[in-house]
Amino acid sequence: MSNERHVHVSLRGVTKIFRGAGGTPPVHALGPIDLDLRRGEFFAVVGPSGCGKSTLLEVLAGLSEVTEGEVRFEGKPIHGEIMDGVGVVFQEDACFPWMNIYDNIAFGLRQTSITATEIEGRVKRALSMMGLTPFAQSYPAQLSGGMRQRVCIARTLVLQPRLILLDEPFGALDQQTRLLMGEELLRLWRETGATIFLITHALDEAAMLADRIGVMSARPGRLLEIVETGWARDRDSRIVETDEFGRITARLWQWLRGESMKSIDQSSTAA
Amino acid sequence: MKRTGILRILVIAGLIGLLEVLCRVGVIDNFTMPPPSRIAYDLWRILITGKFNAAIAKTFSNAALAFVLAVTIGIAAGVIIHAMRPLREALDPFFATYYAIPVLAFYPLLIILFGLGDAPKIIIAFMLGVVAIIVNTLNGLDRVPRVLLKTARMARLNPIATAIKITLPSATPYLLTGIKFAVAYSLIGIIGSEFVMSTNGIGFEIAFAYNNFDNATMYPLILLVMIVSISINTGLGLWEKMLLSRRGLR
Amino acid sequence: MNGTGRWQGTLILIVALIVLWQILYWIVGDIALRSPWQTLSFTVKLLQKPSFWPHLIETGKAFAAALFFAVALGLAIGMTLGLKRIAGDVFEPMLVALYSIPKVTLYPILLLTFGLGISAKIAFGALHGFIPVSLFTINAVRNVRPIFLKTGRVLRLNRFTMITRIVFPAAMPEIFSGLRIGFSLTMIGTVLGEMFASQKGLGYLLMNAIGLHNVDIIMAITFMLVVFAASMSGLLLAIDRRLHRRV
Ligand SMILES: Nc1ncnc2c1ncn2[C@@H]1O[C@H](COP(=O)(O)OP(=O)(O)OP(=O)(O)O)[C@@H](O)[C@H]1O
Ligand SMILES: [Mg+2]
Repeated sequence: MSNERHVHVSLRGVTKIFRGAGGTPPVHALGPIDLDLRRGEFFAVVGPSGCGKSTLLEVLAGLSEVTEGEVRFEGKPIHGEIMDGVGVVFQEDACFPWMNIYDNIAFGLRQTSITATEIEGRVKRALSMMGLTPFAQSYPAQLSGGMRQRVCIARTLVLQPRLILLDEPFGALDQQTRLLMGEELLRLWRETGATIFLITHALDEAAMLADRIGVMSARPGRLLEIVETGWARDRDSRIVETDEFGRITARLWQWLRGESMKSIDQSSTAA
Repeated sequence: MKRTGILRILVIAGLIGLLEVLCRVGVIDNFTMPPPSRIAYDLWRILITGKFNAAIAKTFSNAALAFVLAVTIGIAAGVIIHAMRPLREALDPFFATYYAIPVLAFYPLLIILFGLGDAPKIIIAFMLGVVAIIVNTLNGLDRVPRVLLKTARMARLNPIATAIKITLPSATPYLLTGIKFAVAYSLIGIIGSEFVMSTNGIGFEIAFAYNNFDNATMYPLILLVMIVSISINTGLGLWEKMLLSRRGLR
Repeated sequence: MNGTGRWQGTLILIVALIVLWQILYWIVGDIALRSPWQTLSFTVKLLQKPSFWPHLIETGKAFAAALFFAVALGLAIGMTLGLKRIAGDVFEPMLVALYSIPKVTLYPILLLTFGLGISAKIAFGALHGFIPVSLFTINAVRNVRPIFLKTGRVLRLNRFTMITRIVFPAAMPEIFSGLRIGFSLTMIGTVLGEMFASQKGLGYLLMNAIGLHNVDIIMAITFMLVVFAASMSGLLLAIDRRLHRRV
């Protein structure tokens, strides 16, 4: 199978059911999902709120075990353990408030056998790449939400993961910063050659950044459709002016409109 | 919740059972501690013969007096301090370090001042409890919703009526927290002073029994103090929880 | 309130307390009280007496040892119960109950177990101090944001690193509040232990002075204890506030 080499992560029949705690009924959060992420591609996921996007990411990260099905990373099956070469940027602010920015970014590296000089080099590069150099000695409490999110991204990037999972990393940011951070992410992706799996609730963000976009259904989250954007690898935010961009966004919205309505219905009947 | 309750009872029962076995087998000799079943029996005997009724009455009436003083004076002081901003700011560091000070160290001084009677003990217990009441009153008053105060002004209530009808009821859950501490502290203050130097009370009887190697009196009295303070505190704790949850605070 | 405001407040408070003390002295007179100035000068005199030092050292030693055990025991219990949900739910209310009982009544049991001497005092001090340390640690560990633990898992930290590098620092501000209260209670417990059935230490001197009707000694030792307790507590409180600001 010549395809094998190009597949970085594969999911087969992945299903996640949360056992109900204390008498509540079980929650079927995800699946079944079949998906192959190609090595070095930029894959985005959109879907209505609560459809299981974060759950899918945790399964990919090995943070959460699947109820059914199989996840393989670089050919090796994942059973709820964290694989080497996977980096995660979470939906919430995960900066350690007791460490300054420099130490936050260096934290992961210091847990490995990498030499001190190498660590210093990588952290300094990450700081300047993220525009955080003047804040190296500051504490997270002194930074804005957007800057903190950049710290979390930097902390993941310095580990040079081959697969980067991002859960709405720009969710808390304003529109301008989002666009700039999006371009930044594209640049990093091109430079590192890593596979990126990005969860977002902004359709335009997905349409601008990704090679392929998975559209998820209301809970239990399934893949309804995979939209290929066909952008060149060295794209930037100017593609939003193209007609193709408008067409892709419109197509995503068509898929999601119905699903979002369903998910709102679900929560109102549940309440 | 329910399961942890059962587990807790099992753990306590297990510990008591273990003590019983250790005492019976002789790992813990009887000069150190009699078996728990023996202590319980002795306590029962003490209570029905009424041998220590005077001491028990002394301790609890003193504690009750100290408690009532602490609560009334504490709440009044809390209301006044709350109304006077500069006083509040000056006293804040005092309250913050108050419980770091060994209040019982003042007991000898109070004995010199007032003689070896009830007064020094009641003052110690009062001193321990009153600040808990003040601090929690302030805490509760800080959290009275502004809209309630506006309502009081619309109804033209005078300051005292506002305090009695609006602010204090609104602060009740926090007052109760203070009261819970004051109960514990008045018992700790009275029994502590009785124990250190006194002529009567449960604390004195425990100390006396210790000095006379009278384990058959000492252990039952210790058990009595533990049972009383734990049940009062658990009861108040449940009441506090109920009040707070009714207001959606916890 | 800013830093200078707090300092001013403390200063005004200290002056007010001294004035109050002086007025009280004028009212009560020499039979039962000493003035602030007399107390201070007697305290200095006491500190110059060689016969006083063994007592101070005894109390200091007992307190240091009790504090060590209170902190070590408190942290160990707090970490264990904080990380194990069920164990925490079972034992936490028992610690609260232990906190609320007059612990002096347990002192005879400690005296019978450890014998008369410094070890019973140490045990009694530690008995007072370990409870707040464990209660605060339990809460602190439970309140560590789950996202920090997840981050630790993604970085594939082992259990030891997870506790030392993530759980402990994340919980530190609240644990420190527990240590501050534990410090005070350990001191109270140690002195209280010396006030009963003891032959050495500040608490013993205090009780001994009642029999001798020595107001000078009573005032000086009470003064020393209060000043030490208040200033240490103030210092720890300042550190505590600084730690909490970082979040
Ligand atoms: N630990 C859990 N136990 C039970 N149910 C859970 C758990 N975690 C998530 N769920 C449920 O699974 C569903 C999917 O949750 P998930 O967090 O993956 O959604 P999401 O798509 O990331 O939502 P959002 O866009 O709001 O971040 C939700 O209905 C949620 O309530
Ligand atoms: Mg999510």
